[in-house]
Amino acid sequence: MTDLSFSPRPRPPGGPPNSRREPPLRPEYERTVTATGPIGDVARPLSPWERLGNVTALRRLLVLAAVAALWQAAAVWQNNPLMFPTFTDTAAALWDGIRRDNLLSMAWTSLAVLLKGYAVAVVLAVLLTTVAVSTRIGNDLLSTLTSMFNPLPAIALLPIAMLWFGLGEVSLIFVLVHAVLWPLALNTHAGFTSVSETLRMAGRNYGLGGLRYVVTLLIPAAFPAILTGLKVGWAFAWRTLIAAELVFGVSSGKGGLGWFIFQNRNELYIDKVFAGLVTVILIGLLVENVVFRWIEIHTVRKWGMVR
Amino acid sequence: MNALTYPHSIDIDAQSERPLLDVSGVTLQYKTRRHLVTATYRVDFQVFQSERYVLLGPSGCGKSSLLKAVGGFLQPVEGAIRLNGRTVTKPGPDRMMVFQEFDQLPPWKTVKENVMFPLLASGKARRREAEEKALDCIARVNLTKFADVHPHMLSGGMKQRVAIARAMAMEPDILLMDEPFAALDALTRRKMQEELLQLWDDLRFTVLFVTHSIEEALVVGSRILVLSPHPGQVKAEVNCDGYDHGAVGGAEFQALANRIHTMLFAEDVEGPGQSDGKGAYA
Repeated sequence: MTDLSFSPRPRPPGGPPNSRREPPLRPEYERTVTATGPIGDVARPLSPWERLGNVTALRRLLVLAAVAALWQAAAVWQNNPLMFPTFTDTAAALWDGIRRDNLLSMAWTSLAVLLKGYAVAVVLAVLLTTVAVSTRIGNDLLSTLTSMFNPLPAIALLPIAMLWFGLGEVSLIFVLVHAVLWPLALNTHAGFTSVSETLRMAGRNYGLGGLRYVVTLLIPAAFPAILTGLKVGWAFAWRTLIAAELVFGVSSGKGGLGWFIFQNRNELYIDKVFAGLVTVILIGLLVENVVFRWIEIHTVRKWGMVR
Repeated sequence: MNALTYPHSIDIDAQSERPLLDVSGVTLQYKTRRHLVTATYRVDFQVFQSERYVLLGPSGCGKSSLLKAVGGFLQPVEGAIRLNGRTVTKPGPDRMMVFQEFDQLPPWKTVKENVMFPLLASGKARRREAEEKALDCIARVNLTKFADVHPHMLSGGMKQRVAIARAMAMEPDILLMDEPFAALDALTRRKMQEELLQLWDDLRFTVLFVTHSIEEALVVGSRILVLSPHPGQVKAEVNCDGYDHGAVGGAEFQALANRIHTMLFAEDVEGPGQSDGKGAYA
């Protein structure tokens, strides 16, 4: 409370005498600003170390290397190659799998199915959320459907899908759509509802309405949330697909990655099982850190919507 | 240079005969979860071509609601709003809004694209023409250097300038400004007021301007509608053309400011605390 005595207001004339301390009266001055010379560099370039530390890819590679080293150390210490192969053994098995067991083409088989299911789900999600933001009943429909189906594991639908669509790709695509659609629709809808009122009003002020309003205003404005939905959907799809292949083996006669893992486990080639898992992880890393990152840099980061 | 064509050619007599904007007996209500709030009660006013018409009043007088109703975002429960004789029913590009909030600019578009956006969205211009118009308007608000920058790189004042340029480029019948400078710092606000007046000198557009600062109303406006709060009702209409920042300290200016201040706070029982920040010296 004592700093209240530093009030700059003059005392009212004729008022009661103020017993508190008054600030001292000091002389005024004006200066001309000097050139920056004596101060030194205003902007100093960072040292090479500081700049290297700013490269995200480098820092992440370092994390990966640390994980690999830890794995190697743990496996060597365990010394049980049948149950837990070392990192180097797995790497060798991976190389071997690529050269002799067509691991890459198997991975591509899985990816191709995945992409088809993913694309269908994205289109459906856009349609569903467009209906949801345009009408109140559409909103109720989306909310109810997502709360019904989002918690339902996609893999649980596979037996039904097999009955309906047979042992082919269509069954896999069906469960993939189920895996991607609901989280994506949920995120997109959440993104739409969080678009600021001012921006909505600006859009309607331009005379935008209906689908044009959704495409030119709502989707870009909600893109950070949509991108999160796409990432979550991708992860769900990848999991579902590998699990489906593991459980039911072949899809339309051609084996995918899940099949590769399942088959090698049956024959107790544990290092190859690990190689299959590493492939799944590598593709996941690649998509997350290259594809989605690229999209992120060229959209939401460039627009300053995400730091 | 003069790519903007505001209707100078309209016959002066015809102009004074018919108002551009006619708000008659407008009652506005909106619902909250528990109440039906009456924002304004039977408000009448008219705006003529090239006027700088200010809606002035304390918070709760419904001035922003009135502006939104003119914008077509809010339907009056009583009375009518007519622009050029046609009743306003929905939002449209003939009435461009400038909002107070900085997030009114789509962040995914550069400054130039932002100014072009309404031109293209409303089908008012093709890409080429829209680009020319946009660059011209950006030059008018002194942002040429920032034409290819995204809004998140701009300061608050610059964002408001983009919003003004975007509205200008559309050559609307009337420009609606909802406390456009309220979120700016005092120095920037003053500069923006001067720039707006400069633009008006060049283009003679019609503007409907909402503020709660008496000083801003006197400087920016040519005519002021004084509204009382809860619900908003018309208290007075005052002419105030010809005041600039140089006149602020003058006796005439102070007398007018005090007159408006008395109108607004005459029956104020809560004492001077209420007028803080909204008074003549805000």
